[in-house]
Amino acid sequence: MSRFTTQHEDFRNLQRRLLYLRTGLLFCLLLLSARLWYLQVVKGPYYRELAEQNRVRTVDLKPARGLIFDRHGELLANNVPSFNLYLTVEDIRDREGLAAALEELIGLPRAETKKRLVQQAKSYVPILLKSGLTLREAALLEGHRLELTGLRVQAESQRNYVQGPLGSHLLGYVGEVSPEQQEEPDFAGLVQGSIVGKAGVEKTYDRMLRGKPGEKTIEVDARGNERKIVAVVEQTPGDDLYLSLNLRLQRLAESLLGAESGAIVALDPRNGDVLVMASSPPYDPNVLSRGLTPALWEQIASDTRHPLTNRAVQGQYPPGSTFKIMVASAALESDKWSADTKVRCAGAFPSGKHMFKDWKKGGHGVMDLYHAIVQSCDVYFYNIGQRLGIDTIAETARRFGLGQPTGIDLPSERVGVVPSTEWKQRVRKEPWYVGETISASIGQGYITVTPLQMAVAIGAVSNGGTLHRPRLVRAVRERATGRLQEFPSVERGPVPLQEDTFHFLQDALREVVLHGTGGRARSRSISIAGKTGTAQTVGARVSQLSTDEEAIPKQFRDHAWFVAYAPAEEPQIAVAVLVENTGHGGAYAAPIAKALIEEYMKDSDVDDRHQIAGQF
Amino acid sequence: MIDTRSPDSFEWRFVLVALGILAVGVISIYSVSPSPMSKGQTPLYAKQLAWILIGLVAFLAAVAIDYHSLARHAYVLYGLTLILLVLVLVMGRSSRGAQRWFAVGPLTFQPSEVAKLVLVLVLSKYFADVQRAGWIQRVIVPGLITLPGLLLILKQPDLGTAMSFTFIFVSMVLVGGLHAKALGLGVLFTSMLFPFAWELIWTSLHDYQRDRILTFWDPMTDPAGKGYHALQSRIAIGSGGLLGKGLVEATQSRLKFLPEGHTDFIFAVFAEQWGFIGVFVLFLLFAALIFLASEIAGKAKDPLGLLLAAGILSMVGFCLMVNVGMTMGIFPIVGIPLPLMSYGGTTTVTSMAALGLLLNVKRRRLTLFY
Repeated sequence: MSRFTTQHEDFRNLQRRLLYLRTGLLFCLLLLSARLWYLQVVKGPYYRELAEQNRVRTVDLKPARGLIFDRHGELLANNVPSFNLYLTVEDIRDREGLAAALEELIGLPRAETKKRLVQQAKSYVPILLKSGLTLREAALLEGHRLELTGLRVQAESQRNYVQGPLGSHLLGYVGEVSPEQQEEPDFAGLVQGSIVGKAGVEKTYDRMLRGKPGEKTIEVDARGNERKIVAVVEQTPGDDLYLSLNLRLQRLAESLLGAESGAIVALDPRNGDVLVMASSPPYDPNVLSRGLTPALWEQIASDTRHPLTNRAVQGQYPPGSTFKIMVASAALESDKWSADTKVRCAGAFPSGKHMFKDWKKGGHGVMDLYHAIVQSCDVYFYNIGQRLGIDTIAETARRFGLGQPTGIDLPSERVGVVPSTEWKQRVRKEPWYVGETISASIGQGYITVTPLQMAVAIGAVSNGGTLHRPRLVRAVRERATGRLQEFPSVERGPVPLQEDTFHFLQDALREVVLHGTGGRARSRSISIAGKTGTAQTVGARVSQLSTDEEAIPKQFRDHAWFVAYAPAEEPQIAVAVLVENTGHGGAYAAPIAKALIEEYMKDSDVDDRHQIAGQF
Repeated sequence: MIDTRSPDSFEWRFVLVALGILAVGVISIYSVSPSPMSKGQTPLYAKQLAWILIGLVAFLAAVAIDYHSLARHAYVLYGLTLILLVLVLVMGRSSRGAQRWFAVGPLTFQPSEVAKLVLVLVLSKYFADVQRAGWIQRVIVPGLITLPGLLLILKQPDLGTAMSFTFIFVSMVLVGGLHAKALGLGVLFTSMLFPFAWELIWTSLHDYQRDRILTFWDPMTDPAGKGYHALQSRIAIGSGGLLGKGLVEATQSRLKFLPEGHTDFIFAVFAEQWGFIGVFVLFLLFAALIFLASEIAGKAKDPLGLLLAAGILSMVGFCLMVNVGMTMGIFPIVGIPLPLMSYGGTTTVTSMAALGLLLNVKRRRLTLFY
């Protein structure tokens, strides 16, 4: 073959192979078209949906919480504007740079920022990084907005407790809803990051206070910057609460407790209104509501004085001699004892191998029931206890509401213990010993009560036997309608005792203050009736070694009780005072009750006119 | 030898198709340019128009200079290109972990784009000279020619261009005349070597390159991170639907969910805005280009012309398939621009020069013996 032919053949070969290339490329284009059809036409609606999710974002508009007032319309809790820093993890470009910039601009530690970034599960939900920025910090961050993608400073309302720590246990505090809380029916359906009540009235009335969140639908770009508003559903502020609390009295009560641990509850025995509920030590609800740092939480959790505990409803203490009111009632109601039954008190009472002592060395001599109450004679009550037995005493105590919830509108109320033979067999799996009855008859041993229960009980004594459910909130004003809805006072029913029993107790309790152990509660201006109590602590045995109060280590000293009401003739206030680890009730608790009652009675006549009248 | 004949109807068709694709590119770039530009900044679409004008000059030059004289200097040109590829590693500007660009004032120049075209030229020249030689001369020697450029590009690293380079080599070897037997052996040999080579390639890859390949299989493993590009691109294309969303409603590209919308992902931008119908028309344009180019190659007057045209065809075709494939999620994301559409100076000018060379081949086919 000639060279030309060969070359020609080669060229034809080249041309043939070229055809493969062209066919291959066109075939690929066909394949791509098929894929395109699949993506755009078959899966088109799916991807359109995804694109829409990219574009549109909803921002929660947080409602302002309802305001809280005391019974005279004094403001207790409101909302103040606060600059909060939010972070949307999805939009962050440079985590390191962001953390560094935050440290430089607002002094937020790098490590903490990074930790928050990792914790986030849903990357498109903004997380609150810091609340309560200063105006300067907010301005600084806004100035660097373009570099710091994913950050947003939002002006929101922050819960503010106008009176600071005053009434903190009663009011409670707020915070972001926790996963555990979301399980509860009251908090179900709340979005992550919602601000809800964590304690106190804030928690029990959260449904009313929280309002209804709104929603703003916005179009965002890939950096999360708002481009335009698509739709807005306005938020509705929460309803306002009017408490039965008397702010002036509350302030006094807290200052009377001072640095001591303890609780004071004052009720209106006519309707169950809670006038005072103080628990010491207090906490600052403003600090807690701004979000706890781990360090602060550690500090509070490790505080041995448990400032977060509301001692008025959660503190369970032996009632000490205040329990003699219940034991005396049991005796009067029983046919095994009468008011005239006499007992000779020689300062001690033998039971089995044990010798039960009277608080007074040498004893009180011959006593009847009346004087035994007035002098708080232990031996006399040991005898009653031995005669009546624990079950009769327990049954009477329950009639006064002990061992049961008072039904107050606060979370986590404790009920204490009213022991009986049945109780011990059930809980302790042991039989009841007679010696335990002796202790119980002066309010020691297994028996425990809360200060609130005692206030309700003494209130029932003062009003002749009506147990009220303590009422913290008198009314609520609906924001939507402006309508004020009153909460009626609720009677839990009468204490089923004879009228004479109440009269006897009332006379005796008046005498306690006039000539008995409660002498330090005697007032010139007002007739006060009451009963002292001294609750032995776990370290009671230690305290018996020494007669000198000051020599006993603080935590082993007795708790001082005083329950009282006034005026004796026409009661308007019932008080329970408990001061931990101070000693005798007559010495430490009685003066507090007196000061409180005197202050209250100063303008009790104007009290009812005031009320929430201004609001009606 | 300057060709002075006025263009015929075929040439007009060819130019119109190319201009059509260029125009589609400019519109798409325009649609993703931020609307209120910062002061003193030239909008991207205007820059691209300027590049197209420069590209037009390159195009006319490539038409005018006889490809035979170009081919005579092919090895020198390739040598110069290799020097540029070395220089860019030494003094180039690095960006996002790769050193690919020369920066001259505000302009950047990417030598690896030019290298592709020069490789086509040098391989065409080589194969045209060694017709009917043994397989060593047909495979090993061209392989040795390709290798230095390939290694230098991998060093940058630029996986996408390296793949184009390899593909140009392979298709040139195939078109340039590998016997069927040798081809079969080659495929067998390569597939046997593949596991070992894969190990070598995989370990030499940068982390981000591995991530791209991994997330290609399943972009949902990390939708906000490594799979972001792939996923957003699919969303953009898919949400375009049959008719497209138009320029205003195309939220994926307008709101910047789709990154690199003006460069590597310009196809996704177009697909979101114009839908299946629009892309179909675009595909018709590209198909026409492929058809016309292979027509030119098939009717070339000599092996050099044919090989040159075929090389250009495979270069452009490969970039088209891989770029569109990666935006649709049927190919891992590698940085390959869409020819004639993606924003970028070097790629636009090189692509237009390549088209000029094609037309050059066409124009000289009538003067068979000169």
